[in-house]
Amino acid sequence: MKVKLSVQNVFKVFGKSPKKALPLIEQGKSKDEIFAETGMTVGVKDASFDIHEGEIFVIMGLSGSGKSTMVRMLNRLIEPTAGKVLLDDVDIAQMSEEDLRQVRLHKMSMVFQSFALMPHLTVRQNVCFGLDLAGDTPVEERNKRAESALDRVGLLANVDSYPDELSGGMQQRVGLARALCTNPDVLLMDEAFSALDPLIRTEMQDELLRLQAEDKRTIVFISHDLDEAVRIGDRIAIMQDGVVVQVGTPDDIINNPVNDYVRSFFRGVDVSSVLSAKDIAQRKQSTLIRKDSDLGIGSSLQLLRDNDREFGYVVNASNKFLGVVSVDSLRASKANGTGLDAALLEDDMRINADTPIGDLIGQVAQAPFSPPVVAEDGKYLGIVSKSIVLEALDRQTGEES
Amino acid sequence: MSANPWGDTSQTDTASDPWGGGSEDGLDYLADRSNEVEQSFDIIRPFDVDGGIIPLDNMVDSAIDAAVPVLRPFFQVVAKPIDWVLNLFETALVSTPAILVILILSGLAWWLSTRKIGIGTLIGLVIVGLIGAWDQAMTTIALVITSLFFCVIIGLPIGIWLSRSDRAVSVVRPILDAMQTTPAFVYLIPIVMLFSPGKVAGVVVTIIFAVPPVIRLTNLGIRQVPEDLIEAARAFGTSPRQLLLKVQLPLALPTIMAGVNQTLMLGLSMVVIASMIAVPGLGLMVLQGIGRNDIGIATVGGLGIVVLAIVLDRITQHIGSNGR
Repeated sequence: MKVKLSVQNVFKVFGKSPKKALPLIEQGKSKDEIFAETGMTVGVKDASFDIHEGEIFVIMGLSGSGKSTMVRMLNRLIEPTAGKVLLDDVDIAQMSEEDLRQVRLHKMSMVFQSFALMPHLTVRQNVCFGLDLAGDTPVEERNKRAESALDRVGLLANVDSYPDELSGGMQQRVGLARALCTNPDVLLMDEAFSALDPLIRTEMQDELLRLQAEDKRTIVFISHDLDEAVRIGDRIAIMQDGVVVQVGTPDDIINNPVNDYVRSFFRGVDVSSVLSAKDIAQRKQSTLIRKDSDLGIGSSLQLLRDNDREFGYVVNASNKFLGVVSVDSLRASKANGTGLDAALLEDDMRINADTPIGDLIGQVAQAPFSPPVVAEDGKYLGIVSKSIVLEALDRQTGEES
Repeated sequence: MSANPWGDTSQTDTASDPWGGGSEDGLDYLADRSNEVEQSFDIIRPFDVDGGIIPLDNMVDSAIDAAVPVLRPFFQVVAKPIDWVLNLFETALVSTPAILVILILSGLAWWLSTRKIGIGTLIGLVIVGLIGAWDQAMTTIALVITSLFFCVIIGLPIGIWLSRSDRAVSVVRPILDAMQTTPAFVYLIPIVMLFSPGKVAGVVVTIIFAVPPVIRLTNLGIRQVPEDLIEAARAFGTSPRQLLLKVQLPLALPTIMAGVNQTLMLGLSMVVIASMIAVPGLGLMVLQGIGRNDIGIATVGGLGIVVLAIVLDRITQHIGSNGR
């Protein structure tokens, strides 16, 4: 996948002579030590990550973790103290003011937590703001584009209103339309939905996903809310005290949190919607019957008896799932003299790998045996037992302490 | 002594001094000083030295004496544009028939603010005419509007400059304080020395007193523009000039207009003081009334000033509160 925006070893130190703090950071001194020594605050420390073209990249962290500073260094509202920010392989950090202005006018736009709409301009004028600044489109064209942007966020009826006449959700739609109107390559969203109430927030997230499905834009989304991050993010970077501690897909991060800080985000997060069957599926070799080996019906029966199991899972040599057999079906098949194929149960209760845990609880609870998890291509991934599901659901509370 | 209000302010006998001829005899307190016995320094009352330990008064006197002949030509040039603008306004207001002026001004008030204020302006101006202060009122309006014009031209850029530099604020603010608190009488004389008595000197004195609010409130208004709006504007690629013209000034406009309103009011309040340096108008009516103990004419002048003040205040206040 093409890298759109690459952040390389970026530092930000707030204070009178930021460069002087850099050697101290390299010596490995902590944020607090450096503050005590120099009175300067380390905002972001050695951040490096790549943002791919067309993905929603979420930067997540608690307040004070440096995430807002990070996003502002992407369009240089805040000057990085050191490091590179490459947009299409051009370093934004080293650009001239004029080049930077061109990037802001045409390539990057931003949506703000506080909406930051101009109160003296109408909705239409607000949406036109970026195009007006560039001044290279005829007025009619500007208005047309503003209207189409407003149409996309469902606010065409309010073109001539002033921002203070709109609700918070509507204002942020205007903010979004303003950012989309210049048709930027990269959209920066700084806690864009955090100031909205939960219902509107979900609605706006859906709106964003809908727009993203049409545009495939590169979006950098700042959030402090894991639910939000998991819901809209293709990949997530987690920041702690100015350091990017983990970058990965939502699944990665939830399954393999690097430290307690990352884990702490799970507090209150509904794991059942985040984890899917493949994340918790467990392989149990003990009851796995390989059809193409020499295991006949007799030895299969023996295997189940030895392990004190009622059911066995049958796969072929390339690990393709074939079905489930029970002790009873094997016995019947043995008595009839038919093969292993005949012993496969009619309903093997197979579960699709991507089914969220929340949706499979009922199925697992009612099944007489632990349902097998099967990938798209028919590969056997393991089984999901009642105890595994319970364990997974318990993880959000269990790992917190 | 009171027969010649200018006589005793002069403490020099320079021939070029337009106020020369003040008699030393009248200045008893000055004469006393020279007769005083030399005092030894007393730690209990360290400042009880006649004329002060630092003779500021003498220093200022000699500084002005030295500066006036040098600077006068320069200020005569400065006076030209003021004179020109003033004449423009005054000619327009005085030579146009009163009925037309009333209609134009009321219409302007209506257009700039509301119909109610337009009608109020109409009634106010008719009253001014009926009490026989029309010509003086027009002269005064011309003077005040000219002062306002120059106050905005001077004040707006200085205010913008202050909003961008804290150091500038720390330098300029004490000067503004001094301009507003120094009694006008103190700088009345030097101004007259530099500009000659008359309307231009009146405008200059009014500017000195009235310009600080425009400067202060322009600075304040721009600084009060919310940080997130500035940030948003920058994120969309404003140049510094666009930031000022498209975001900062429009958003600061209500505050700036409050400053303009204050400046106008202060300008009107200077009208009487300015009349002391031979500026005609409503102020002169009041001054004459006081001088001749003629309460009637003083009231006419005073009422005229009040009516103008209310009309101008309502119009500018409305412009300020109307803007989005």
